[in-house]
Amino acid sequence: MRVLIKGAGVAGLTIAHELAIAGVTVKVVDTAPGVGTGASGYAGGMLAPWCERESAPDAVLTLGSKAADWWNAALPGHVRRNGTLVVAPARDDAELRRFASRTSGFTWLDEAGIAALEPALAGRFRQALFFRNEAHLDPRAALASLHLKLLGMGVAFSFGIDPDEEQAGFDRVVDCTGRHRIGSLNDLRAVRGEMLVLKTSEITLSRPVRLLHPRIPLYIVPRDNGLFMVGATMIESEDKGPITARSLMELLNAAYTLHPCFGEAQLIETGTGIRPAFPDNLPQMIEQDRQIFVNGLYRHGFLLAPAMARQVAETIGAGAGRAHRSQRRPIHPTRVPAQEGVAP
Amino acid sequence: MLELYATPVSSRLLLGTARYPSPAILADAIIVSETEILTVSLRREMARGQQGGAFFGMIRDLGRRILPNTAGCHTASEAVLTAKMAREVFGTNWVKLEVIGHQDTLQPDVFALVEAARILCAEGFEVFPYTTDDLVVGEKLLDAGCRVLMPWCAPIGSAMGPQNIPALRSMRAHFPDVPLIVDAGLGRPSHAALVMELGFDAVLLNTAVAGAGDPVQMAGAFARAVEAGRSGYQAGLLEPRDMAVPSTPVIGKAVFS
Repeated sequence: MRVLIKGAGVAGLTIAHELAIAGVTVKVVDTAPGVGTGASGYAGGMLAPWCERESAPDAVLTLGSKAADWWNAALPGHVRRNGTLVVAPARDDAELRRFASRTSGFTWLDEAGIAALEPALAGRFRQALFFRNEAHLDPRAALASLHLKLLGMGVAFSFGIDPDEEQAGFDRVVDCTGRHRIGSLNDLRAVRGEMLVLKTSEITLSRPVRLLHPRIPLYIVPRDNGLFMVGATMIESEDKGPITARSLMELLNAAYTLHPCFGEAQLIETGTGIRPAFPDNLPQMIEQDRQIFVNGLYRHGFLLAPAMARQVAETIGAGAGRAHRSQRRPIHPTRVPAQEGVAP
Repeated sequence: MLELYATPVSSRLLLGTARYPSPAILADAIIVSETEILTVSLRREMARGQQGGAFFGMIRDLGRRILPNTAGCHTASEAVLTAKMAREVFGTNWVKLEVIGHQDTLQPDVFALVEAARILCAEGFEVFPYTTDDLVVGEKLLDAGCRVLMPWCAPIGSAMGPQNIPALRSMRAHFPDVPLIVDAGLGRPSHAALVMELGFDAVLLNTAVAGAGDPVQMAGAFARAVEAGRSGYQAGLLEPRDMAVPSTPVIGKAVFS
């Protein structure tokens, strides 16, 4: 079987991996010059379904709880299983209790417990929630490695071309073009996210830290080489323009509140991505004729792409004999996309 | 029936549309609450020059009356500009006017509020000003042309519920014929019932519903509380006394002390 995958973001590459392992001939095409140039490249890379459950439906936890295992099996060495730390400034203790009441899989830490996990935060917060089973990875590094691995497995890549002109000669087409389907896939909308990257050698963190705030909850994810990704806003807008002054100010304030050391850090990048989302903020696999659309990963790209990839593999009939086939049931009721404007 | 700028309104619960877990949950909460008026924040959610995209489209499709707000504005001129943008996007003269004076409490800057209200009323807007429970400020907003007042009962999003009941009572007594909508600070259905029992005409909620564990169920709970409070007010409430009054007449009983 020959399958064409449109879109070289986290959805396209995880599906390519799942299919290639099952022996399918796969080609990945993208209009961009490389992998991960859309929303995937601005992701936090947190594999944190227990924390996400605070505001996300249960499906995010059931589908996402195996994500770290998937990434670790696909790309050994990329996944850090250090958990997530959730803190709040003293006067926002109520936010921490609220977060705890909506989630599971955590333990309460006192000052000593926080200091033991993250010495840099010693004395800064009275209590915290520790989600031991969560993990994180560096999205750009992970996608670059996955690209190389797929090349080694014989997956073909074509960049900088219109994917719609490539589909002759393929048995199936999987469309993972994310925000480019807004307007043609029913109810798909844009949720703007802004992020920034700080660089400092004055502080070390071992795990993502979420800072709760009644108005602007934010997270900081440590990367290698003294880099810290700070994110992310969620704005109902399809504007892809640069980060606003207000968002920049709020993100920097959060970093500074977490530790004053970040005040001296270098601001080396700001970015804006458009997350495609359906009204319930859950991803969908939509089948139409030979074409399969996987979209609506919202803020859960790295978390839910593996589960979506397994569903695509099973739908195409390439899932048989695979080791991890716990997801037999449809992930989400499939829908028929809008008739107009969808590429055949 | 309640009339807001000559528009009859049967639901006395107005809902904000921000910070729900998902648009699908927002839509369900709106349906369950039976609210007729939705506030929408323009500033942050508006795509520059793109008419707000899919989120606004979904809100429009719900078929409710839109009350755009100027949330996040800190000066009169900013609020006026936002109101004008909202008029174009939503095709309505209604605007919920917010001019924030303090970053932490989100307390309104009442001076800038009156100034912005005067400008907007003169330009044909129908202004719903988010204000404090101060009577003099209320008077000045009416002088500026407002025909509805929206006093807070506690800081926005604080869920503290009515903090100054005597002030709310005196506001109701002072403006007997002006529609008064309690905007901001309500946290629980009982808070909403309480202010409705005080005779307020309606309440506006956002965080109390959007931030609940189950926003849809909470929307229904608030709808019933608002209705109960309103019915209680109309039915005529007993005033509290400092001694017991037996439910059964005591005259004619064997012992009378």
